[in-house]
Amino acid sequence: MSTSELLEIEGLSKSYRDDQFALKDVSTSIRSGELISIIGSSGAGKSTLLRCINRLIEASSGSIKFKGQEVTTLKNKELKAYRRDVGMIFQSYNLIYRLSAIENVLHGRLGYKNALAGALGLYSEEEKQLAFQLLDEVGLAEFAYRRADRLSGGQKQRVGIARALCQQPSLMLCDEPIASLDPKSSKDVMDSLRKIVDERQITCIVNLHQVKTAIEYSDRIIGLRHGEKVFEGDPSSLTLDIIEEIYEGTKDEYTEVAAMAQISTMDVALQDNQELVGAIDGN
Amino acid sequence: METSMSLAPQKTFDHSYFRKKNLAILALVLLMVLVMWGSGKVADFDFVYAFTSIPLALQWMAISFAPTAASLSALPELLHQTWLTILSAVAATTTAAILALILGVLGSNSVGVKNTVVKTSIRVIASVFRNIPIVAWALVLLLSFKQGEFTGFLALFLSTFGQLTRLFLDTFDEVPLGPIEAVGATGSSYWPIIFQAAIPCAIPQLMSWVLYMVETNIRSATLVGMLTGTGIGFAFDLYYKSFRYDVAGLLVIITIITVISIELISAKVRRSML
Repeated sequence: MSTSELLEIEGLSKSYRDDQFALKDVSTSIRSGELISIIGSSGAGKSTLLRCINRLIEASSGSIKFKGQEVTTLKNKELKAYRRDVGMIFQSYNLIYRLSAIENVLHGRLGYKNALAGALGLYSEEEKQLAFQLLDEVGLAEFAYRRADRLSGGQKQRVGIARALCQQPSLMLCDEPIASLDPKSSKDVMDSLRKIVDERQITCIVNLHQVKTAIEYSDRIIGLRHGEKVFEGDPSSLTLDIIEEIYEGTKDEYTEVAAMAQISTMDVALQDNQELVGAIDGN
Repeated sequence: METSMSLAPQKTFDHSYFRKKNLAILALVLLMVLVMWGSGKVADFDFVYAFTSIPLALQWMAISFAPTAASLSALPELLHQTWLTILSAVAATTTAAILALILGVLGSNSVGVKNTVVKTSIRVIASVFRNIPIVAWALVLLLSFKQGEFTGFLALFLSTFGQLTRLFLDTFDEVPLGPIEAVGATGSSYWPIIFQAAIPCAIPQLMSWVLYMVETNIRSATLVGMLTGTGIGFAFDLYYKSFRYDVAGLLVIITIITVISIELISAKVRRSML
């Protein structure tokens, strides 16, 4: 496994108003071929961090270096070329539902095209075959020509993964990829991501609500609370105390749940109580 | 705690509630009758006479406008004019739709340009074109373009352009932003995002408005034709003024059948697109 630094984040902050930080002085560095989970309650800044990395959100201050190149100052063409190298998947899949699965996957090639070819959707034979092969890899070959809105949640998310892979990226950003999925589909999606990291050496940064899933699949876990990094380390070094700190035991109900429960049962509580988790950190 | 006590609702039955409500409705009805009577007085409009003359008017229409065997000789010419009118409405609508699509994209708050000056100007242009009645367009254009197919087309085109731009702006404003963001995240540039993501998301709604405008424009083309001397509008005007009410009646029937058929077809197209 390569040990070179793929992504170096230094003092990254995002504030919407002067004193309201969505992200506060976050630093970390990420090597090639790692699967990193970011955990934290709703509003902790997980999504903001991910979107700052590919500049869907502009950071207020700090630096992000990708393959040694500063990306916070990239403009137009360079920004597009950078984004092309960073795939992204979303909680709500964000597919174009009126198009077929394979057309959605082919969108991953748009970053490689000029405006006219992209607008007209002119893809080469190789690109079409690549898209089909990727769908085959995520187990959806038979659904390639089916409209995206006719697929199940898990299938939609796998189309999302294929679309990101079609960019042939070095890095994948996964924003709560399993938050809307049932346990079986969640496992399929997480297995796919693990496989991508192991077989293709593509780095994955995954925002997760489920602590248990993070422990099971990650090489490293980062814990965010109120936009600040409060934990970074191996899954084995994540203790119940740290989890409590990340999910902040300010609300009595939740502290009791966390203190009494094992990690696994707490995970169930987390899933069942998304609103509660949101309320803990929501302001 | 004390404030919540003082704000606590009264729990006794309020006898005056329903009486107040009924009185309010009664007052409203009386006011409406008064306004109707008053404005009728001012405009010299007699309600009783208006209503009692309706049966007579219908009777006269039924007798005079009923097509006879003689009016059928004009049928081929009428059908030809109807066909021209349909084509003119379709051409004006589709041309307007293409221009409206571009402005609708650029001016929308979701996928449009960032520049607020451009956005506001697009909205103002759409509003101006939309709010000038089509008959006014036709009359103004007659001055510069004289009577003819092109003037009719232009009048339809300009008013349709205004309306469709406005409708498309609203349609694109409501496009889901997640898929657009996702395609943007692949490194795609602006126009591919529009054509590959925004338009596919909005297409059922866009097509629905275009079909609606085609229907509307077939009706409007009839009216505009009277002024520009083209299509079924002109034919109607001609037969009507030469007292050939039977042919004019036949033309009305053809128009109704045409409009209803177009409505049925577009409803079918709309359903199949969803």
